[in-house]
Amino acid sequence: MATGVDPIVFYLIIFVLAVVVGYHVVWSVTPALHTPLMSVTNAISSIILVGAMLAAGPEIMDWGGWVGFVAVILASVNVFGGFLVTQRMLEMFRKKEPKAQTASEAKH
Amino acid sequence: MSANQVALWYLAASVCFILALKGLSHPSTARRGNTLGMIGMAIAVVVTLGLIFSTTKNIAWILVGIVIGGAIGAVVARRVQMTQMPELVAGFHSLVGMAAVLIAIAAVHNPVSFGLPAEIPTGNKLELFIGTFIGAITFSGSVIAFGKLSGRIRSAPVVFGGQHLLNLAIAIAMIGFGAWFFVGGGWLPFIVMTALAFLLGVLMIIPIGGADMPVVISMLNSYSGWAAAGIGFSLNNPMLIIAGSLVGSSGAILSYIMCRAMNRSFISVILGGFGAAEGAAVADTGQKTVKSGSADDAAFLLGNAESVIIVPGYGLAVARAQHAVKELAQKLREKGVDVRYAIHPVAGRMPGHMNVLLAEAEVPYDQVFEMEDINGDFGTADVALILGANDVVNPLAEQKGSPIYGMPILEAHRARNVIVNKRSMASGYAGIDNPLFYLDKTMMVFGDAKKVVDDMVKAVE
Repeated sequence: MATGVDPIVFYLIIFVLAVVVGYHVVWSVTPALHTPLMSVTNAISSIILVGAMLAAGPEIMDWGGWVGFVAVILASVNVFGGFLVTQRMLEMFRKKEPKAQTASEAKH
Repeated sequence: MSANQVALWYLAASVCFILALKGLSHPSTARRGNTLGMIGMAIAVVVTLGLIFSTTKNIAWILVGIVIGGAIGAVVARRVQMTQMPELVAGFHSLVGMAAVLIAIAAVHNPVSFGLPAEIPTGNKLELFIGTFIGAITFSGSVIAFGKLSGRIRSAPVVFGGQHLLNLAIAIAMIGFGAWFFVGGGWLPFIVMTALAFLLGVLMIIPIGGADMPVVISMLNSYSGWAAAGIGFSLNNPMLIIAGSLVGSSGAILSYIMCRAMNRSFISVILGGFGAAEGAAVADTGQKTVKSGSADDAAFLLGNAESVIIVPGYGLAVARAQHAVKELAQKLREKGVDVRYAIHPVAGRMPGHMNVLLAEAEVPYDQVFEMEDINGDFGTADVALILGANDVVNPLAEQKGSPIYGMPILEAHRARNVIVNKRSMASGYAGIDNPLFYLDKTMMVFGDAKKVVDDMVKAVE
Protein backbone atom coordinates (compact mmCIF):
# COMPACT_ATOMS: atom_id res chain seq x y z
CA MET A 1 0.00 0.00 0.00
CA ALA A 2 2.82 2.35 0.89
CA THR A 3 3.97 2.70 -2.70
CA GLY A 4 0.89 4.62 -3.72
CA VAL A 5 0.93 7.00 -0.77
CA ASP A 6 2.23 10.53 -1.21
CA PRO A 7 5.03 11.33 1.30
CA ILE A 8 3.01 14.30 2.54
CA VAL A 9 0.56 11.85 4.04
CA PHE A 10 3.35 10.27 6.05
CA TYR A 11 4.46 13.71 7.20
CA LEU A 12 0.90 14.41 8.27
CA ILE A 13 0.84 11.15 10.21
CA ILE A 14 4.00 11.88 12.13
CA PHE A 15 2.79 15.45 12.73
CA VAL A 16 -0.41 14.21 14.33
CA LEU A 17 1.39 11.58 16.37
CA ALA A 18 3.94 14.15 17.54
CA VAL A 19 1.14 16.46 18.67
CA VAL A 20 -0.53 13.61 20.59
CA VAL A 21 2.75 12.61 22.25
CA GLY A 22 3.47 16.24 23.09
CA TYR A 23 0.03 16.61 24.63
CA HIS A 24 0.46 13.62 26.93
CA VAL A 25 4.04 14.31 27.91
CA VAL A 26 3.43 17.95 28.77
CA TRP A 27 0.45 17.23 31.00
CA SER A 28 2.75 15.13 33.16
CA VAL A 29 5.08 18.09 33.82
CA THR A 30 4.77 19.32 37.39
CA PRO A 31 3.59 22.96 37.62
CA ALA A 32 6.65 23.85 39.67
CA LEU A 33 8.72 23.20 36.57
CA HIS A 34 6.61 25.17 34.11
CA THR A 35 9.27 27.82 33.65
CA PRO A 36 12.00 25.31 32.78
CA LEU A 37 9.43 23.64 30.53
CA MET A 38 9.00 26.85 28.56
CA SER A 39 12.69 27.37 28.43
CA VAL A 40 13.48 23.82 27.28
CA THR A 41 10.72 23.79 24.67
CA ASN A 42 12.07 27.10 23.47
CA ALA A 43 15.49 25.44 23.20
CA ILE A 44 13.96 22.55 21.28
CA SER A 45 12.21 24.96 18.93
CA SER A 46 15.64 26.19 17.94
CA ILE A 47 15.76 22.95 15.95
CA ILE A 48 14.95 25.48 13.25
CA LEU A 49 18.74 25.61 13.08
CA VAL A 50 18.51 22.50 10.90
CA GLY A 51 16.49 24.46 8.34
CA ALA A 52 18.85 27.41 8.67
CA MET A 53 21.82 25.16 7.98
CA LEU A 54 20.18 23.89 4.82
CA ALA A 55 19.66 27.50 3.79
CA ALA A 56 23.25 28.48 4.56
CA GLY A 57 24.92 25.64 2.73
CA PRO A 58 24.16 26.05 -0.97
CA GLU A 59 26.75 25.12 -3.62
CA ILE A 60 27.45 28.76 -4.33
CA MET A 61 27.08 31.34 -1.56
CA ASP A 62 24.55 33.79 -2.98
CA TRP A 63 22.34 36.23 -1.08
CA GLY A 64 20.06 33.34 -0.14
CA GLY A 65 23.03 31.66 1.47
CA TRP A 66 23.82 34.80 3.46
CA VAL A 67 20.23 35.05 4.62
CA GLY A 68 20.63 31.48 5.79
CA PHE A 69 23.88 32.41 7.54
CA VAL A 70 22.05 35.05 9.58
CA ALA A 71 19.37 32.48 10.39
CA VAL A 72 22.09 30.08 11.58
CA ILE A 73 23.44 32.71 13.97
CA LEU A 74 20.00 33.54 15.36
CA ALA A 75 19.07 29.90 15.84
CA SER A 76 22.43 29.06 17.40
CA VAL A 77 22.00 31.81 19.99
CA ASN A 78 18.79 30.08 20.98
CA VAL A 79 20.27 26.57 20.97
CA PHE A 80 23.10 27.38 23.33
CA GLY A 81 21.30 30.07 25.29
CA GLY A 82 18.15 28.00 25.68
CA PHE A 83 19.68 24.75 26.90
CA LEU A 84 22.25 26.46 29.11
CA VAL A 85 19.74 28.73 30.79
CA THR A 86 17.46 25.73 31.38
CA GLN A 87 20.36 23.86 32.90
CA ARG A 88 21.13 26.79 35.16
CA MET A 89 17.50 26.97 36.26
CA LEU A 90 17.24 23.27 36.94
CA GLU A 91 20.38 23.27 39.11
CA MET A 92 18.42 25.50 41.45
CA PHE A 93 15.75 22.85 41.90
CA ARG A 94 18.17 20.36 43.37
CA LYS A 95 17.54 19.18 46.90
CA LYS A 96 20.18 20.83 49.00
CA GLU A 97 21.80 20.40 52.38
CA PRO A 98 19.72 17.66 53.92
CA LYS A 99 22.25 17.62 56.79
CA ALA A 100 21.74 21.28 57.66
CA GLN A 101 17.98 20.84 57.71
CA THR A 102 17.95 17.78 59.98
CA ALA A 103 20.40 19.55 62.29
CA SER A 104 18.02 22.46 62.79
CA GLU A 105 15.07 20.08 63.07
CA ALA A 106 16.95 18.17 65.79
CA LYS A 107 17.04 21.33 67.93
CA HIS A 108 13.42 20.89 68.94
CA MET B 1 25.23 9.92 4.42
CA SER B 2 22.06 8.70 2.77
CA ALA B 3 18.66 10.28 3.22
CA ASN B 4 17.46 7.16 5.03
CA GLN B 5 20.29 7.28 7.54
CA VAL B 6 19.62 10.97 8.16
CA ALA B 7 15.95 10.26 8.78
CA LEU B 8 16.75 7.49 11.26
CA TRP B 9 19.11 9.73 13.17
CA TYR B 10 16.38 12.37 13.21
CA LEU B 11 14.15 9.76 14.81
CA ALA B 12 16.75 9.21 17.53
CA ALA B 13 16.93 12.96 18.13
CA SER B 14 13.14 13.14 18.35
CA VAL B 15 13.07 10.42 20.99
CA CYS B 16 15.68 12.37 22.95
CA PHE B 17 13.45 15.45 22.86
CA ILE B 18 10.44 13.48 24.05
CA LEU B 19 12.45 12.05 26.93
CA ALA B 20 13.72 15.55 27.73
CA LEU B 21 10.14 16.69 28.26
CA LYS B 22 9.32 13.56 30.24
CA GLY B 23 12.19 14.37 32.57
CA LEU B 24 10.35 17.49 33.68
CA SER B 25 7.73 15.47 35.51
CA HIS B 26 9.86 15.77 38.66
CA PRO B 27 12.79 17.92 39.79
CA SER B 28 14.93 14.85 40.39
CA THR B 29 14.80 13.76 36.73
CA ALA B 30 14.65 17.20 35.19
CA ARG B 31 18.36 17.88 34.77
CA ARG B 32 18.88 14.52 33.10
CA GLY B 33 16.02 15.41 30.77
CA ASN B 34 17.66 18.68 29.75
CA THR B 35 20.92 16.87 29.02
CA LEU B 36 19.04 14.46 26.78
CA GLY B 37 17.59 17.46 24.98
CA MET B 38 21.08 18.74 24.35
CA ILE B 39 22.12 15.34 23.02
CA GLY B 40 19.12 15.25 20.70
CA MET B 41 19.97 18.69 19.36
CA ALA B 42 23.60 17.67 18.87
CA ILE B 43 22.56 14.59 16.91
CA ALA B 44 20.25 16.61 14.67
CA VAL B 45 22.90 19.25 13.98
CA VAL B 46 25.78 16.86 13.33
CA VAL B 47 23.70 14.67 11.05
CA THR B 48 22.48 17.68 9.10
CA LEU B 49 26.06 18.89 8.76
CA GLY B 50 26.95 15.50 7.37
CA LEU B 51 24.07 15.69 4.92
CA ILE B 52 25.04 19.14 3.67
CA PHE B 53 28.69 18.17 3.45
CA SER B 54 27.87 15.18 1.33
CA THR B 55 25.80 17.26 -1.09
CA THR B 56 27.39 20.69 -1.44
CA LYS B 57 30.51 20.53 0.75
CA ASN B 58 29.70 24.12 1.83
CA ILE B 59 29.70 23.93 5.63
CA ALA B 60 32.29 26.59 6.42
CA TRP B 61 29.90 29.48 6.93
CA ILE B 62 27.48 27.28 8.83
CA LEU B 63 30.18 26.43 11.33
CA VAL B 64 31.16 30.08 11.65
CA GLY B 65 27.54 30.99 12.29
CA ILE B 66 27.10 28.32 14.93
CA VAL B 67 30.22 29.45 16.76
CA ILE B 68 29.18 33.11 16.74
CA GLY B 69 25.60 32.40 17.76
CA GLY B 70 26.67 29.83 20.31
CA ALA B 71 29.07 32.23 21.98
CA ILE B 72 26.41 34.92 22.24
CA GLY B 73 23.88 32.44 23.58
CA ALA B 74 26.26 31.05 26.18
CA VAL B 75 27.14 34.52 27.47
CA VAL B 76 23.49 35.52 27.70
CA ALA B 77 22.62 32.30 29.53
CA ARG B 78 25.35 32.88 32.04
CA ARG B 79 24.63 36.57 32.68
CA VAL B 80 20.85 36.76 32.81
CA GLN B 81 19.25 37.09 36.21
CA MET B 82 16.40 34.81 37.18
CA THR B 83 14.10 37.79 37.58
CA GLN B 84 14.68 38.51 33.89
CA MET B 85 13.58 35.04 32.85
CA PRO B 86 10.21 36.08 31.38
CA GLU B 87 11.74 38.62 29.03
CA LEU B 88 14.58 36.27 28.12
CA VAL B 89 12.18 33.54 27.03
CA ALA B 90 10.16 36.09 25.07
CA GLY B 91 13.31 37.36 23.41
CA PHE B 92 14.44 33.88 22.45
CA HIS B 93 11.08 33.12 20.84
CA SER B 94 11.65 36.05 18.51
CA LEU B 95 14.87 34.45 17.28
CA VAL B 96 13.10 31.29 16.19
CA GLY B 97 10.37 33.31 14.50
CA MET B 98 12.83 35.38 12.52
CA ALA B 99 14.90 32.33 11.62
CA ALA B 100 11.77 30.71 10.19
CA VAL B 101 11.05 33.76 8.04
CA LEU B 102 14.63 33.94 6.77
CA ILE B 103 14.65 30.25 5.90
CA ALA B 104 11.41 30.67 3.98
CA ILE B 105 12.90 33.57 2.05
CA ALA B 106 15.94 31.47 1.18
CA ALA B 107 13.67 28.62 0.11
CA VAL B 108 11.59 30.81 -2.19
CA HIS B 109 14.82 32.18 -3.65
CA ASN B 110 16.53 28.85 -4.21
CA PRO B 111 14.27 25.84 -3.66
CA VAL B 112 16.68 23.48 -5.36
CA SER B 113 19.29 23.86 -2.64
CA PHE B 114 16.71 22.50 -0.21
CA GLY B 115 15.99 19.49 -2.36
CA LEU B 116 12.77 20.95 -3.73
CA PRO B 117 11.98 21.17 -7.44
CA ALA B 118 12.74 24.56 -9.04
CA GLU B 119 9.02 25.17 -9.43
CA ILE B 120 7.88 24.78 -5.83
CA PRO B 121 4.99 22.32 -5.58
CA THR B 122 1.72 23.92 -4.44
CA GLY B 123 1.60 21.93 -1.22
CA ASN B 124 5.03 23.18 -0.19
CA LYS B 125 4.07 26.72 -1.20
CA LEU B 126 1.11 26.59 1.16
CA GLU B 127 3.33 25.34 3.93
CA LEU B 128 5.92 28.05 3.22
CA PHE B 129 3.15 30.62 3.54
CA ILE B 130 2.02 29.13 6.85
CA GLY B 131 5.51 28.78 8.28
CA THR B 132 6.37 32.33 7.26
CA PHE B 133 3.37 34.11 8.64
CA ILE B 134 3.48 32.22 11.92
CA GLY B 135 7.20 32.93 12.15
CA ALA B 136 6.72 36.63 11.45
CA ILE B 137 3.91 36.98 13.99
CA THR B 138 6.03 35.11 16.52
CA PHE B 139 8.95 37.43 15.88
CA SER B 140 7.23 40.78 16.20
CA GLY B 141 4.84 39.59 18.91
CA SER B 142 7.76 38.33 20.96
CA VAL B 143 9.66 41.57 20.51
CA ILE B 144 6.69 43.48 21.91
CA ALA B 145 6.31 40.94 24.73
CA PHE B 146 10.00 41.35 25.52
CA GLY B 147 9.53 45.12 25.56
CA LYS B 148 6.59 44.96 27.94
CA LEU B 149 8.22 42.50 30.30
CA SER B 150 11.53 44.35 30.47
CA GLY B 151 9.79 47.65 31.07
CA ARG B 152 10.97 49.18 27.81
CA ILE B 153 7.39 49.45 26.61
CA ARG B 154 4.62 50.37 29.01
CA SER B 155 2.94 47.22 30.15
CA ALA B 156 -0.51 48.79 30.29
CA PRO B 157 -2.64 47.71 27.35
CA VAL B 158 -2.57 49.93 24.28
CA VAL B 159 -6.11 50.07 23.04
CA PHE B 160 -7.68 52.21 20.41
CA GLY B 161 -11.04 52.29 18.70
CA GLY B 162 -11.58 49.93 15.79
CA GLN B 163 -8.55 47.93 16.82
CA HIS B 164 -10.10 44.54 16.45
CA LEU B 165 -11.54 45.38 13.06
CA LEU B 166 -8.15 46.65 11.95
CA ASN B 167 -6.47 43.43 13.06
CA LEU B 168 -9.09 41.37 11.31
CA ALA B 169 -8.65 43.40 8.11
CA ILE B 170 -4.91 42.93 8.21
CA ALA B 171 -5.29 39.21 8.83
CA ILE B 172 -7.63 38.86 5.86
CA ALA B 173 -5.29 40.87 3.65
CA MET B 174 -2.39 38.72 4.76
CA ILE B 175 -4.24 35.54 3.85
CA GLY B 176 -5.23 37.12 0.56
CA PHE B 177 -1.64 37.82 -0.37
CA GLY B 178 -0.71 34.36 0.79
CA ALA B 179 -3.32 32.93 -1.54
CA TRP B 180 -1.93 35.01 -4.38
CA PHE B 181 1.54 33.66 -3.63
CA PHE B 182 0.03 30.19 -3.54
CA VAL B 183 -1.35 30.44 -7.05
CA GLY B 184 1.97 31.52 -8.46
CA GLY B 185 2.32 35.23 -7.65
CA GLY B 186 6.01 35.07 -6.81
CA TRP B 187 7.96 37.52 -4.65
CA LEU B 188 5.58 40.48 -4.46
CA PRO B 189 2.71 38.80 -2.61
CA PHE B 190 5.22 36.89 -0.49
CA ILE B 191 6.90 40.07 0.70
CA VAL B 192 3.65 41.92 1.33
CA MET B 193 2.22 38.97 3.20
CA THR B 194 5.31 38.75 5.40
CA ALA B 195 5.23 42.48 6.13
CA LEU B 196 1.56 42.27 7.09
CA ALA B 197 2.32 39.33 9.36
CA PHE B 198 5.03 41.33 11.18
CA LEU B 199 2.55 44.16 11.64
CA LEU B 200 -0.12 41.81 12.90
CA GLY B 201 2.25 40.39 15.50
CA VAL B 202 2.81 43.86 16.94
CA LEU B 203 -0.87 44.79 16.90
CA MET B 204 -1.90 41.54 18.52
CA ILE B 205 0.33 41.89 21.54
CA ILE B 206 0.19 45.58 22.36
CA PRO B 207 -3.36 45.49 23.74
CA ILE B 208 -2.47 42.81 26.24
CA GLY B 209 -1.64 43.97 29.74
CA GLY B 210 1.29 42.96 31.93
CA ALA B 211 -0.28 40.30 34.13
CA ASP B 212 -1.80 38.48 31.17
CA MET B 213 1.74 37.90 29.94
CA PRO B 214 1.83 34.28 31.18
CA VAL B 215 -0.74 33.46 28.52
CA VAL B 216 1.00 35.53 25.86
CA ILE B 217 4.41 33.98 26.42
CA SER B 218 2.94 30.48 26.39
CA MET B 219 1.10 31.31 23.19
CA LEU B 220 4.22 32.65 21.50
CA ASN B 221 6.10 29.59 22.74
CA SER B 222 3.50 27.48 20.97
CA TYR B 223 3.65 29.58 17.79
CA SER B 224 7.42 29.23 17.55
CA GLY B 225 6.88 25.48 17.51
CA TRP B 226 4.24 25.66 14.80
CA ALA B 227 6.50 27.94 12.76
CA ALA B 228 9.24 25.31 12.90
CA ALA B 229 6.76 22.58 11.98
CA GLY B 230 5.41 24.66 9.10
CA ILE B 231 8.92 25.15 7.73
CA GLY B 232 9.45 21.43 8.26
CA PHE B 233 6.48 20.61 6.05
CA SER B 234 7.61 23.02 3.36
CA LEU B 235 11.11 21.54 3.29
CA ASN B 236 9.90 17.95 3.67
CA ASN B 237 11.99 17.71 6.82
CA PRO B 238 10.62 15.34 9.49
CA MET B 239 12.96 16.60 12.21
CA LEU B 240 11.47 20.08 12.09
CA ILE B 241 7.95 18.68 11.93
CA ILE B 242 8.32 16.46 14.97
CA ALA B 243 10.27 18.83 17.21
CA GLY B 244 8.13 21.78 16.15
CA SER B 245 4.94 19.86 16.97
CA LEU B 246 6.20 18.88 20.42
CA VAL B 247 6.88 22.51 21.19
CA GLY B 248 3.66 23.72 19.60
CA SER B 249 1.47 21.43 21.67
CA SER B 250 3.45 22.14 24.84
CA GLY B 251 2.91 25.88 24.48
CA ALA B 252 -0.76 25.38 23.69
CA ILE B 253 -1.28 23.34 26.83
CA LEU B 254 0.50 25.95 28.96
CA SER B 255 -1.70 28.67 27.45
CA TYR B 256 -4.77 26.65 28.30
CA ILE B 257 -3.60 26.06 31.87
CA MET B 258 -2.91 29.76 32.34
CA CYS B 259 -6.31 30.76 30.99
CA ARG B 260 -8.05 28.21 33.16
CA ALA B 261 -6.19 29.54 36.19
CA MET B 262 -7.53 33.00 35.49
CA ASN B 263 -10.93 31.70 34.46
CA ARG B 264 -10.79 33.79 31.34
CA SER B 265 -11.20 32.48 27.86
CA PHE B 266 -8.18 32.51 25.60
CA ILE B 267 -10.02 34.75 23.15
CA SER B 268 -10.75 37.32 25.84
CA VAL B 269 -7.10 37.42 26.86
CA ILE B 270 -5.91 37.75 23.27
CA LEU B 271 -8.37 40.52 22.49
CA GLY B 272 -6.77 42.32 25.37
CA GLY B 273 -7.78 45.52 27.07
CA PHE B 274 -8.05 43.88 30.49
CA GLY B 275 -6.14 45.49 33.29
CA ALA B 276 -6.15 48.98 31.84
CA ALA B 277 -6.42 50.43 35.31
CA GLU B 278 -3.24 48.90 36.65
CA GLY B 279 -1.95 50.92 39.55
CA ALA B 280 -4.87 53.32 39.58
CA ALA B 281 -5.92 54.33 43.08
CA VAL B 282 -9.18 52.80 44.21
CA ALA B 283 -11.99 55.36 44.16
CA ASP B 284 -14.16 54.32 47.10
CA THR B 285 -11.77 53.72 50.01
CA GLY B 286 -13.40 56.66 51.76
CA GLN B 287 -15.69 54.62 53.96
CA LYS B 288 -13.49 51.63 54.68
CA THR B 289 -10.31 51.57 56.71
CA VAL B 290 -7.47 49.14 56.83
CA LYS B 291 -5.48 48.10 59.83
CA SER B 292 -1.89 48.82 59.11
CA GLY B 293 1.13 47.77 61.06
CA SER B 294 4.89 47.70 60.98
CA ALA B 295 7.26 44.93 60.10
CA ASP B 296 7.84 44.47 63.83
CA ASP B 297 4.15 43.90 64.47
CA ALA B 298 4.06 41.36 61.68
CA ALA B 299 7.17 39.63 62.94
CA PHE B 300 5.56 39.27 66.35
CA LEU B 301 2.53 37.57 64.85
CA LEU B 302 4.68 35.32 62.69
CA GLY B 303 7.05 34.35 65.48
CA ASN B 304 4.20 33.22 67.71
CA ALA B 305 2.37 31.25 65.10
CA GLU B 306 2.40 27.50 64.75
CA SER B 307 1.83 27.43 61.04
CA VAL B 308 2.43 30.09 58.42
CA ILE B 309 1.60 30.02 54.73
CA ILE B 310 3.44 32.47 52.52
CA VAL B 311 1.77 33.64 49.30
CA PRO B 312 4.31 35.18 46.92
CA GLY B 313 3.23 37.40 44.06
CA TYR B 314 4.64 39.58 41.31
CA GLY B 315 5.52 42.27 43.85
CA LEU B 316 8.04 39.87 45.35
CA ALA B 317 9.68 39.43 41.97
CA VAL B 318 9.82 43.14 41.30
CA ALA B 319 11.37 43.85 44.70
CA ARG B 320 13.78 40.90 44.32
CA ALA B 321 12.82 39.84 47.79
CA GLN B 322 13.03 36.09 47.28
CA HIS B 323 16.24 35.70 49.28
CA ALA B 324 14.89 37.79 52.12
CA VAL B 325 11.76 35.63 52.24
CA LYS B 326 13.83 32.49 52.44
CA GLU B 327 15.76 33.93 55.36
CA LEU B 328 12.53 34.83 57.09
CA ALA B 329 11.14 31.35 56.59
CA GLN B 330 14.34 29.81 57.86
CA LYS B 331 14.34 31.96 61.00
CA LEU B 332 10.73 31.03 61.65
CA ARG B 333 11.47 27.34 61.18
CA GLU B 334 14.27 27.60 63.69
CA LYS B 335 11.67 28.85 66.14
CA GLY B 336 9.53 25.84 65.42
CA VAL B 337 7.03 27.49 63.09
CA ASP B 338 5.84 25.39 60.17
CA VAL B 339 6.34 27.50 57.04
CA ARG B 340 4.97 26.65 53.63
CA TYR B 341 4.55 28.51 50.36
CA ALA B 342 1.36 28.59 48.32
CA ILE B 343 1.74 29.21 44.60
CA HIS B 344 -1.12 30.32 42.40
CA PRO B 345 -0.70 29.16 38.78
CA VAL B 346 -0.72 32.69 37.35
CA ALA B 347 1.22 34.45 40.08
CA GLY B 348 3.97 36.39 38.36
CA ARG B 349 4.49 37.02 34.67
CA MET B 350 5.19 33.51 33.43
CA PRO B 351 4.03 29.97 34.26
CA GLY B 352 6.07 28.72 37.17
CA HIS B 353 7.58 32.17 37.78
CA MET B 354 7.33 32.03 41.57
CA ASN B 355 8.74 28.52 41.72
CA VAL B 356 11.86 29.61 39.88
CA LEU B 357 12.37 32.63 42.14
CA LEU B 358 11.99 30.52 45.25
CA ALA B 359 14.30 27.85 43.84
CA GLU B 360 16.88 30.53 43.16
CA ALA B 361 16.63 31.55 46.80
CA GLU B 362 17.29 27.91 47.67
CA VAL B 363 13.87 27.29 49.15
CA PRO B 364 13.52 23.50 49.22
CA TYR B 365 10.88 22.50 46.74
CA ASP B 366 9.06 20.32 49.22
CA GLN B 367 8.04 23.47 51.13
CA VAL B 368 6.42 24.86 48.00
CA PHE B 369 2.88 23.82 47.18
CA GLU B 370 0.56 24.35 44.26
CA MET B 371 -2.83 25.88 44.87
CA GLU B 372 -4.84 22.62 44.70
CA ASP B 373 -2.62 20.96 47.28
CA ILE B 374 -2.56 23.69 49.88
CA ASN B 375 -5.82 25.56 49.55
CA GLY B 376 -7.57 23.40 52.10
CA ASP B 377 -4.90 24.15 54.70
CA PHE B 378 -5.50 27.88 54.96
CA GLY B 379 -8.33 27.25 57.37
CA THR B 380 -5.97 25.79 59.96
CA ALA B 381 -3.09 28.18 59.32
CA ASP B 382 -2.35 30.79 61.95
CA VAL B 383 -0.96 33.34 59.56
CA ALA B 384 -1.21 33.87 55.84
CA LEU B 385 1.58 36.18 54.71
CA ILE B 386 0.80 37.81 51.36
CA LEU B 387 3.83 39.28 49.64
CA GLY B 388 3.09 41.32 46.55
CA ALA B 389 0.05 39.28 45.52
CA ASN B 390 -3.41 40.74 45.11
CA ASP B 391 -5.97 39.33 42.69
CA VAL B 392 -4.93 35.74 43.39
CA VAL B 393 -6.12 36.10 47.00
CA ASN B 394 -9.19 38.25 46.31
CA PRO B 395 -12.32 36.65 47.79
CA LEU B 396 -14.45 38.64 45.33
CA ALA B 397 -13.60 35.91 42.85
CA GLU B 398 -16.15 33.79 44.67
CA GLN B 399 -18.87 36.38 44.18
CA LYS B 400 -21.07 36.44 41.12
CA GLY B 401 -20.91 39.65 39.20
CA SER B 402 -17.35 40.59 39.98
CA PRO B 403 -14.96 40.92 37.03
CA ILE B 404 -12.85 38.11 38.39
CA TYR B 405 -15.73 35.80 39.28
CA GLY B 406 -14.86 32.16 38.79
CA MET B 407 -11.12 32.60 38.93
CA PRO B 408 -9.67 30.05 41.32
CA ILE B 409 -7.99 31.82 44.22
CA LEU B 410 -5.80 31.00 47.15
CA GLU B 411 -8.11 31.02 50.15
CA ALA B 412 -5.87 33.15 52.30
CA HIS B 413 -8.91 34.84 53.80
CA ARG B 414 -9.60 31.65 55.75
CA ALA B 415 -6.42 31.88 57.77
CA ARG B 416 -6.68 33.03 61.38
CA ASN B 417 -4.57 36.10 60.68
CA VAL B 418 -3.61 37.73 57.44
CA ILE B 419 -0.60 39.95 56.83
CA VAL B 420 -0.46 41.74 53.50
CA ASN B 421 2.59 43.52 52.17
CA LYS B 422 2.07 45.98 49.31
CA ARG B 423 3.63 49.23 48.32
CA SER B 424 0.36 51.14 48.51
CA MET B 425 -3.40 50.73 48.37
CA ALA B 426 -3.37 50.88 44.58
CA SER B 427 -5.51 48.23 42.97
CA GLY B 428 -4.03 45.17 41.39
CA TYR B 429 -4.07 44.13 37.78
CA ALA B 430 -7.79 43.51 37.63
CA GLY B 431 -8.43 47.05 38.75
CA ILE B 432 -10.80 46.11 41.53
CA ASP B 433 -10.70 46.47 45.27
CA ASN B 434 -9.78 43.53 47.45
CA PRO B 435 -12.01 42.95 50.49
CA LEU B 436 -9.25 40.85 52.05
CA PHE B 437 -7.46 44.07 52.97
CA TYR B 438 -10.36 45.37 55.04
CA LEU B 439 -10.96 42.30 57.19
CA ASP B 440 -10.57 42.67 60.91
CA LYS B 441 -7.95 39.96 61.02
CA THR B 442 -5.86 41.55 58.27
CA MET B 443 -2.82 43.69 58.94
CA MET B 444 -1.41 45.69 56.06
CA VAL B 445 2.31 46.32 56.09
CA PHE B 446 3.12 48.93 53.46
CA GLY B 447 6.48 49.25 51.82
CA ASP B 448 8.87 47.66 49.40
CA ALA B 449 8.76 43.88 49.82
CA LYS B 450 12.48 43.46 50.25
CA LYS B 451 12.79 46.17 52.88
CA VAL B 452 9.74 44.99 54.77
CA VAL B 453 10.82 41.36 54.79
CA ASP B 454 14.37 42.28 55.80
CA ASP B 455 12.89 44.23 58.72
CA MET B 456 10.75 41.25 59.64
CA VAL B 457 13.81 39.02 59.64
CA LYS B 458 15.61 41.36 62.04
CA ALA B 459 12.57 41.58 64.29
CA VAL B 460 12.00 37.85 64.48
CA GLU B 461 15.32 37.07 66.19
